[in-house]
Amino acid sequence: MNSSLRGMTRLATAGLRALLVLTLVCGVLYPLAVTGIAQALFPDQADGSKIKENGKVVGSELIGQSFTLDAKDKDGNPLPDPRWFQPRPSAAGENVYNTRYSLTVSGASNLAADSKVLKEQVIARRAAIATFNGVPRRDVPVDALTASASGVDPHISPAYADLQVSRVAREHGLSRQAVQRLVERHTDGRLAGFLGEPHVNVLKLNLAVRRLAAEERGD
Amino acid sequence: MSPVLAGVLQLAALVGALALVHRPLGDYLAAVYSSTRHLRVEKWIYRCIGANPSVQLRWPAYLRSVLAFSLAGVLFLYLLQRAQGSLPLSYGFTSISPHQAFNTAASFVANTNWQSYSGEQSMGHVVQTGGLAVQNFLSAAVGIAVAIALVRGFARSRTGELGNFWADLVRGLVRVLIPMAVIGALVLVACGVIQNFAGIHEIGQFDGGVQQTNGGAVASQEVIKELGTNGGGYFNANSAHPFENPNGLSNLFEIFLILVIPVSLTRTFGRMVGSTRQGYAILGTMGVIWLGFSALMLWTEFHHGGAALQEAGGAMEGKETRFGVAGSALFSATTTLTSTGAVNSFHSSNTGLGGGLDLLGMMLGEIAPGGVGSGLYGMLIMAVIAVFIAGLMVGRTPEYLGKKIGTREIKFAACYILVTPTLVLGFTAASLALATPPDSILNTAGNSVHGSGAHGFSEVLYAFTSGANNNGSAFAGLNANTQWYNTTIGLAMLLGRFLPMVFVLALAGSLAEQQPVPKTAGTLRTEQPLFAGLLVGAILIITGLTFFPALALGPLAEGLA
Repeated sequence: MNSSLRGMTRLATAGLRALLVLTLVCGVLYPLAVTGIAQALFPDQADGSKIKENGKVVGSELIGQSFTLDAKDKDGNPLPDPRWFQPRPSAAGENVYNTRYSLTVSGASNLAADSKVLKEQVIARRAAIATFNGVPRRDVPVDALTASASGVDPHISPAYADLQVSRVAREHGLSRQAVQRLVERHTDGRLAGFLGEPHVNVLKLNLAVRRLAAEERGD
Repeated sequence: MSPVLAGVLQLAALVGALALVHRPLGDYLAAVYSSTRHLRVEKWIYRCIGANPSVQLRWPAYLRSVLAFSLAGVLFLYLLQRAQGSLPLSYGFTSISPHQAFNTAASFVANTNWQSYSGEQSMGHVVQTGGLAVQNFLSAAVGIAVAIALVRGFARSRTGELGNFWADLVRGLVRVLIPMAVIGALVLVACGVIQNFAGIHEIGQFDGGVQQTNGGAVASQEVIKELGTNGGGYFNANSAHPFENPNGLSNLFEIFLILVIPVSLTRTFGRMVGSTRQGYAILGTMGVIWLGFSALMLWTEFHHGGAALQEAGGAMEGKETRFGVAGSALFSATTTLTSTGAVNSFHSSNTGLGGGLDLLGMMLGEIAPGGVGSGLYGMLIMAVIAVFIAGLMVGRTPEYLGKKIGTREIKFAACYILVTPTLVLGFTAASLALATPPDSILNTAGNSVHGSGAHGFSEVLYAFTSGANNNGSAFAGLNANTQWYNTTIGLAMLLGRFLPMVFVLALAGSLAEQQPVPKTAGTLRTEQPLFAGLLVGAILIITGLTFFPALALGPLAEGLA
């Protein structure tokens, strides 16, 4: 009895000591080493692929932003700003636990494929986007009608970008062709021809629109 | 190029990369676990532990070491979360509630990584990097160690000795997981995954204002999350978050990382039992199931059934633009056929049949190719069962790899395959029968605007299937952060991980004591395609018989509606 108790104590101590030394290796030394090498080799990516304009950070190219007006619709959601290309719908949540911050909490709607709520959302989005852009309802592509997985999807499909060209051009007094050229320049195809899907980075495209509009105005 | 063709090419690229890598990596793993030399850093670690790595352990001693080490892991991770509010570098994150801290500690030690918390909302740098990411390494190394012990049981004769747990654990970390993780992390950072200690900080935004953004050691955690088939995301959106998975290349690379060790271990198995063809038979079985599921998943997601998805014209709800349907479907099939549970799209919004495939992949026991280590030992248990069935057909004492599968062995194998169905069906039934839990369900029939009752049932079934099989993915419509779900899923994860290990090690001990039986003309040739076919059949029939009624109430009812 006594010796088996001693054996168990010895085993428990070994388990604990193993955990502590391996925590030091995997939880302290390893992340520090990776951070050191990553910061030396790829500092921009390691820090979040920030985009600068005139020396000022205007966001990360990987994190979607909203381009809205101060005015709100009847449900209290801010209205989309017609001057800018609009991102996909987002189901990201509000921070409720650590309220020291106003972080967006990434995430999806989790609504089912046969959900009535989702079906109604899709119908409402289709109507709103068609009206907002002055296009037929059937032209609205699927990515404009569905919420992304992360809620901060930085991209839209080339089809959704094309659909918004006329509106953005009109709002800025630019030619349709000039804005269309910007969309084409900011369309990324599949990597190596087959990885992922073609996409347009909304933030980069809107920055390009803003630059072009400023040039046209001559400032 | 059509999106479907691009998806098929991605599948082909994965197969090609795995075909290229699994032989050298499998051989290397066999050498690592057979070596008698100790590296200097390993000797230092053994001294810190106070263990002699050269002592051979019989199965009860091996098991006791596994359990002692894992118990220490659960306690440490629990206390770390409970104390978070007082730790430095916690950025205002408070301590985690007792039932959620228990759930999370059980989850990460059991290689499940079920998350009832939202990463960026709950966990600071210390808990993420010093606690959760550490268990990603350790639980993976434990899984491989147990699989290697079973392989030794087949390979050794007239001894009860299965090796030394501490040596297997430390070697798996020092010689395999850490070096691979360092390389993989740098590939991910090059793609755009972040790796810093900036905490939560403000950066400018388009309209001139400021936004708050996360910093963190994400790449170093992301890589082991996939490589160790863990799956717990740094962010709530897991591998759908652009900071975890920024483009089409990182996406395919992460799927590759999930598969590479489980696939290579079949080669290691073949090497260690002295017949690489035996390894190929196991690999072939895994490959057939994995390819079948991947193809079916691509088909159903491109087909986008379901009223809401038909209205939208595609299955893009809960999917990211840069991955599209194909990149999401492939990830989804792989993460549920392994014990990973990382997601780059939200399975709750998959088509009814797609969600059903996710469920079925886990219900198979995650053996195609399964989690690191757990996939191999799970598949070998199924091979024992298949050999037994074949033996019954011809009326011969079944043998596998020169070892008799007698009463004792088949009892251990049968106990193994009963553990997870008992946990899944028992807890699901209890959750639906009891009064408290149903208000956690998002897509309920009672609340008829939300969707069918079938989907609500699937949410609960999915949660316990994911927990008991140590997957960790979710039909996240279910609010699992309640005392009931945190406690029951926590128990399902611990029992679903460690009870099977008891039977695996007991079986290994029993096999290692045997004297090998000579091969005769009547011996079932387990290295041939016929046996692989029998094995696929046995897996599908056993899983089907166990879970068909439950699947019919959930995803089948939804998918065929």
